[in-house]
Formats: sequence, structure tokens, C-alpha cells
Amino acid sequence: MSAEPLRAATGMRRELSRVLAVVWKDVTIERRAKANFNSVVFLAGLILLLFGFALGPDRDTLHEAAAGALWLTVLFSGVLSFNRSYEQETENGALDMLVLYPGDRRAIFVGKLLANLLFVLLVETTMVPAAAILYDLPVIDIVLPLALVVTLGTIGFVTLGTFYAAMASRVRAREVLLPLLLFPMLIPVLVGAVGATGAILEGDAMGQAGGWMRLLVVFDVIFLTASIVAFEYVIES
Amino acid sequence: MNLATNPMLANAVALVGWVFAVIGVLAARREARLRLFGIFAGAYFVFAQAIAFSISRPDRDMGNLQKILYVHVPTAWMALSAAGVIFLASVMYLWKREERYDRIALSAAEAGTVLSALTLVQGMIWGKPTWGVWWAWDPRLTTMAVQLVMFVGYLSLRSFTEDEERRARWSAAVGILGFLNANIVYMSVRWWRTLHQIQSTPSTVATEYVLGLRLNAFALLFLLITFIGMRYHIARTEREAESILEEQALRGGTVHV
Repeated sequence: MSAEPLRAATGMRRELSRVLAVVWKDVTIERRAKANFNSVVFLAGLILLLFGFALGPDRDTLHEAAAGALWLTVLFSGVLSFNRSYEQETENGALDMLVLYPGDRRAIFVGKLLANLLFVLLVETTMVPAAAILYDLPVIDIVLPLALVVTLGTIGFVTLGTFYAAMASRVRAREVLLPLLLFPMLIPVLVGAVGATGAILEGDAMGQAGGWMRLLVVFDVIFLTASIVAFEYVIES
Repeated sequence: MNLATNPMLANAVALVGWVFAVIGVLAARREARLRLFGIFAGAYFVFAQAIAFSISRPDRDMGNLQKILYVHVPTAWMALSAAGVIFLASVMYLWKREERYDRIALSAAEAGTVLSALTLVQGMIWGKPTWGVWWAWDPRLTTMAVQLVMFVGYLSLRSFTEDEERRARWSAAVGILGFLNANIVYMSVRWWRTLHQIQSTPSTVATEYVLGLRLNAFALLFLLITFIGMRYHIARTEREAESILEEQALRGGTVHV
């Protein structure tokens, strides 16, 4: 028996524990502060209301626009959480320390990604029911497919958000730079997520939702791979 | 035999064009030579437009509006080529870590910003009389708009990042992901449109227009090479000026700007 696979396996396990350590650290900070979660949830609710006012109270108009309004709300409220995820690291040079720890730096990225994913998914568990009530959407019968689409779309969103925030949070004018860099990159994910959500909300009579979801999976895999590979160059030094 | 549709002539134009493009790239290393090539590129552009205008009859449907094809299509091609140059230069930078690749990427991004903005304006000028609207959610048009925003985002990241080495690394990563994204955006907008069942307008070019288009494509390519080259030399001079200032400051002398 060669020792190589064994060593590789323990190496992987070690990286995994590093990833979990980063996740745990970020979740703990969030759990103790809570201020961020509460304000993002209320902001999301506010944006949903604003879309309602902008589109008018007509039930059919709201129904048609619901998928787009929902995803734009996810984008506009979620984007606020990415910079914060790194800002708490820049205090007292915490990020430099994190980078200096032994092990693969990509573990930091994956850890932050998972923590952000948890955060945004948690916000969405409040946001989607709120949207369902405000826009009168029949979500009860389609909970599972809707949850799947929301998760797939959020993975792509959070992957790119975590990647670009690693740069944007460390420069001047970060508030405007992050959306400027991030939103053009999110167009494929947005198109896929809105397509799938819209199809599901309309009962998926044409069977389009499956195609959109497969597309979302492809986007998620491409962007996840590219971000993990490129992160090495973003974090070094 | 009609000269405009002669395939031999079209091939000759392509061959000569590629030879001059290679000469341009070689000339770009020296600023004085590049300036000469730039003058040639400008003259070639005027020549190409004149030839294209004179050999093409007005289009049956579009009339003389068709003439915008000769500047619009090559501009779009060069805007996309600039994105390709950023991608290649970024990959080369991350591999070799030589500053010049970063400068090439910066130069291509600035040229690309101007070219993609021009493409959009030309597209609108053509679109209003042809489609009846200034803007249509056509895959190519939409992708070009996204491309413009990404060029601007790329340049903003550069201008906000102070440290040079970090700026080069970060913008290389953003350049590579952006290029990947531009291709995906194009495909996803196409799928988005097809699922919505709205007819697209595939414009196949009549053989009569090929020669003029090809001449102009090379003219714009020469201009792109000139733009990137000129900007490259400016960036290098700026860098030299910076290091002279640094040196003076370190020596404790008075700093002259």
C-alpha cells in the first residue's frame, strides 16, 4: 500500500477543517452582532415594497414581474453583505494573519463563500415568503422546486460576490466599485435564475424550468471553478 | 468582370492586410516607427472608406444607410478583439509577471472602451431607421453594452488600486473572468431571446459588400494596433517619470514635476 492516497486524503481533510474554521469564525461574528442580518432583511423587505409601488397594485402586473423583482431584491440587498465579510478582516490586519496561516489560501475563499451563502440563504428564507405575500404568489405548492432554483441562483451570486469583494473591499470607493464589477458578471446567473423562477411561478406548463436550472448549474460550476483558480492571485501578498 | 465581387482581389486584400498588421505590431515597439504606422493607418482608413463607398450600390431596402456597415461592423470586431487582447495579456502577466503585459492590458482596455461605446452609438444610428427603435434586445447589441460596462469596471478597479503589483494581479484576474463572462453573456442572451420566441435578424453580407468590409476591417485593425501601442508608450513614460520622482525624493532634493 502506498502512502500517497492516504496523505492526499488527510490533506483534503485538513483543508476541509480550515474551511470550516473560517465558516465558523464568520458565522460566530454574525451570530453575536446580528445587526447586519436584521438590517439586510428589512432592506430586502423595503425593496420588495418599492417594486410594488413602482409596478402599481395591479395583481397581474405584479405576477408577471415577480421573478425579476425577487432576484433584483436578492442582488441589491445581498451585495451589501459581501464587502462587510472582508471589512471585518481588514481591522487589525486580520486578513494578513489569515493568509499567513499554513495551508491552501483557497480554503479562505471557500470558507468565506460558504459563510456568505449561509447568510444570503437565511435572508432569502424571510424574503421569499414576504414576496409571496406582497405579490400574492402561490408558493405553497411549489416550495421544493422554488427552493432549488433559489439555492442554485444564490450559489452563483455568492460565488462571484465573494470573489469580487475580496478586491473591492480593500480599495477606495468600495461601495460603488463592487456593484460595478459584480453586476455585469451576474447577468448570466440573473437571466437563468429569473427564467427558472418565472417558469416555476407560472406552473411550468411549457417545461422550461428544467432547462433553465441545468443552465444555472453550468454557470455555477464555471464561475465557481474560475473564481477558485483566480482567487490565488487576488489574495497573495 | 466586376471588381467588387472578384474573390482573387478579396484574398489579396486579406493577405496584404495581415502583412501590414504584422508590420504594425513590430513597429509598435518603437514610438517613432509606431507614429509612422499610425499615419499609414489613418490614411488606409480614408482609402478603405472611399473604396467601399464607391464600389457598393445603395442597398435595396436600406439605401445609403447600408454604408454604415463599413465602419460599424469593424468597430465592433475591434472592440471584441481588444477584450481578447486583455485576456491574453492577463494570462501572460500572471504567467510571466512582467509589467509590460499589464501595460498592454491597460492600453487594450482603454481602446476597447472607446470602440465599444462607438459601436453602440453607430448601432443606434443604424437601428433607428432600420428597426424603428434606438435599442433592441439583440444578443450582439446587449453583449456590447455589457462589454462596455465591464471595460469601465476594469478601468475603475485599476484607478482605485494604489499598489502597482497588486493592481496588475487583480486586474489580470478580473480581465480573465470578464472575457469568460462576455462569451457567456452572449450565449445566455441568445437563449433568453430564443425562449421568448422573438425573431432575430441575422444579417448576411452580400458578396458585393465583402471587399469594402474587408478593407475597413483591416483599417480598423491598424488603428487598434496604433491606439494600443501609443497608450502603451504613454504608460511606460508615466512609469519612468514616477521612478525619477521617487529617486529625487529619496535623494532629498527638491522634487520637480
